[in-house]
Amino acid sequence: MEVKILSAKFDIKDAHMLEVAKQHGAYSQLDKLFSMEPVAVIEEVKNSGLRGRGGAGFPAGLKWSFLPKGLNKPVYLTVNSDESEPATFKDRYILVRDPHMMIEGIIICCYAIGCHDAYIYIRGEYTSQVKALQKAIDEAYAAGYLGEKVAGHDFKLDVTVHRGAGAYICGEETALLESIEGKKGQPRSKPPFPAVEGLYGCPTIINNVQTIASLPYIIENGAAAYKQYGTEKSPGTHLFGISGHVNKPGMYELPLGLPILDVIEKVAGGVLNGKKLKAIIPGGSSTPVQTPEDAKDLTLDYESMAAHKTMFGSGGIVVLDETVDIVKLVENLAQFYHHESCGQCTPCREGLGWILKIVKKILRGDGTSADIDLLVELCDNIEMKTVCVLSAACTMPVRSYLIKFRHEFEAYVKKGASAQANVKQG
Amino acid sequence: MSDRSKLIVTGKPFRFDQERDAEFERLVKRYPTRESMILPALWLTQEQEGWISAEAIAYIADRIGTFASQVFECATFYTMYNLHPMGRNHICICRTLSCWLRGKQEIVDYLKNELGLKPGEIGADGKFSLEEVECLGHCGTAPVVQVNGEFHESMDVDKLKSLLATLK
Ligand SMILES: Cc1cc2nc3c(=O)[nH]c(=O)nc-3n(C[C@H](O)[C@H](O)[C@H](O)COP(=O)(O)O)c2cc1C
Ligand code: FES
Repeated sequence: MEVKILSAKFDIKDAHMLEVAKQHGAYSQLDKLFSMEPVAVIEEVKNSGLRGRGGAGFPAGLKWSFLPKGLNKPVYLTVNSDESEPATFKDRYILVRDPHMMIEGIIICCYAIGCHDAYIYIRGEYTSQVKALQKAIDEAYAAGYLGEKVAGHDFKLDVTVHRGAGAYICGEETALLESIEGKKGQPRSKPPFPAVEGLYGCPTIINNVQTIASLPYIIENGAAAYKQYGTEKSPGTHLFGISGHVNKPGMYELPLGLPILDVIEKVAGGVLNGKKLKAIIPGGSSTPVQTPEDAKDLTLDYESMAAHKTMFGSGGIVVLDETVDIVKLVENLAQFYHHESCGQCTPCREGLGWILKIVKKILRGDGTSADIDLLVELCDNIEMKTVCVLSAACTMPVRSYLIKFRHEFEAYVKKGASAQANVKQG
Repeated sequence: MSDRSKLIVTGKPFRFDQERDAEFERLVKRYPTRESMILPALWLTQEQEGWISAEAIAYIADRIGTFASQVFECATFYTMYNLHPMGRNHICICRTLSCWLRGKQEIVDYLKNELGLKPGEIGADGKFSLEEVECLGHCGTAPVVQVNGEFHESMDVDKLKSLLATLK
């Protein structure tokens, strides 16, 4: 099932070094690139059907075409390397094992959109990764692939790494821009969208590391070659991260469209220690949960995920075996989102805290059935009532657990009630 | 979470050393506004000193030409900036989803016992500090621990024992 498009150089020794990467084709597409018109590059990417790999799946070429034309302002590219959504661990493989593929992707994107200053926003926790990335960038400068004349062509490009410092919210594109501007990571309201008014008030494209790293293949082999992989509406390949209760957790490159249960069984070695499957989180912690029954006909593409009322997200699949206590899992998730709320919007700042408090109350055995209803009501009152979708990233999955595993919440309520009755009798 | 609203006054002046000074000057040319240097300057400070003092905040603000309040706001918002000295070995344990599923609690309990520290605390001798953090992006090799910035994957108590023995 596995394919090697993005991961082609991952297992080659020292492929992170420029000389080795070049022997395997890095930067070989630049002459072809500069012989194309920028609009032709955008057209090729549009035709490839490449969708954003950061979570929302927005078509990359289409996003680029939203940039206003004829504006007398610089255009910026920011590459989103915040990678903080729980269960997501794919981009760092690119940063460490094949950074030159991403740098070449940055050159392609910047040429297409007319950008001369790109920023890579990398999460602060990636300490060794940021060093590896900076080293690759330094090498690219020294070899003339970045700087005043990219590969000898009349095109200037600077690439600067900007380190975050421990805030999940800075993965949200406008919080990321605020952070580069030297502010707290509090998202902006949209519109205006960043393509019109982004970094420093200028038109800005934000793309995920994997989206950008997919570009060299598309330019080299053409849109049609890319579309051979995946499904018609979800073309290409993706670096899936499989974690939780499987025998072989890890990062696997797969074409889109494969049945999720097959992938868990055949690629990830099945449920850990032969236990029974309880549920699957299909695309990172913010995507609604799927029971084994739901997942029977679920495939790894944007359309199937939507039809199952969940999301492809960042491709981070989490497998839960029969021993998982869903109420405790919801506590773990709620704590994450509550902690990571930027504090700007009241429904998110206060509401996520209330979700956490009520779940803790149920776990203590002090909850009632009305508390379970209250949790659902809270989700409804928080979602889409905030500047960004961090709050929805919490309420969408939480609601799915409340609906599909309500009996587990009820069990805590019943156990608590009978324990209290015993105390009174005794 | 520890109190992130207070700064420590050391009574000693702060300034970048030569190496950090050069890095500041290299980076400042890359941004159209000097405010963009706030996060990088906070990182440079932390690299140099291990943490960020009231004097450092004032120095950064002055160096950039912005309000100290804006630097303060960033230093307190972003949780990786240390506002006080940490242990010589700062141990972060991921507490989130995949690490939780794969037994992070055993790691936390062992460290608590062994070091006599709760997450968020710094040992009296300054050798260790312990912290539970959110997903570190290594969920496929859970549970993970990060010590002084270095990742240790697929951890268990045995591996932890050998790791602790190497720390000075
Ligand atoms: C709370 C939140 C966190 C996000 N975190 C990330 C992230 O870590 N990495 C990422 O690429 N996109 C993240 N996104 C999505 C970005 O806002 C944005 O859609 C994406 O970077 C666009 O790139 P793409 O079109 O190439 O996917 C996040 C969004 C939200 C709302
Ligand atoms: S959940 Fe621990 S590293 Fe992601």
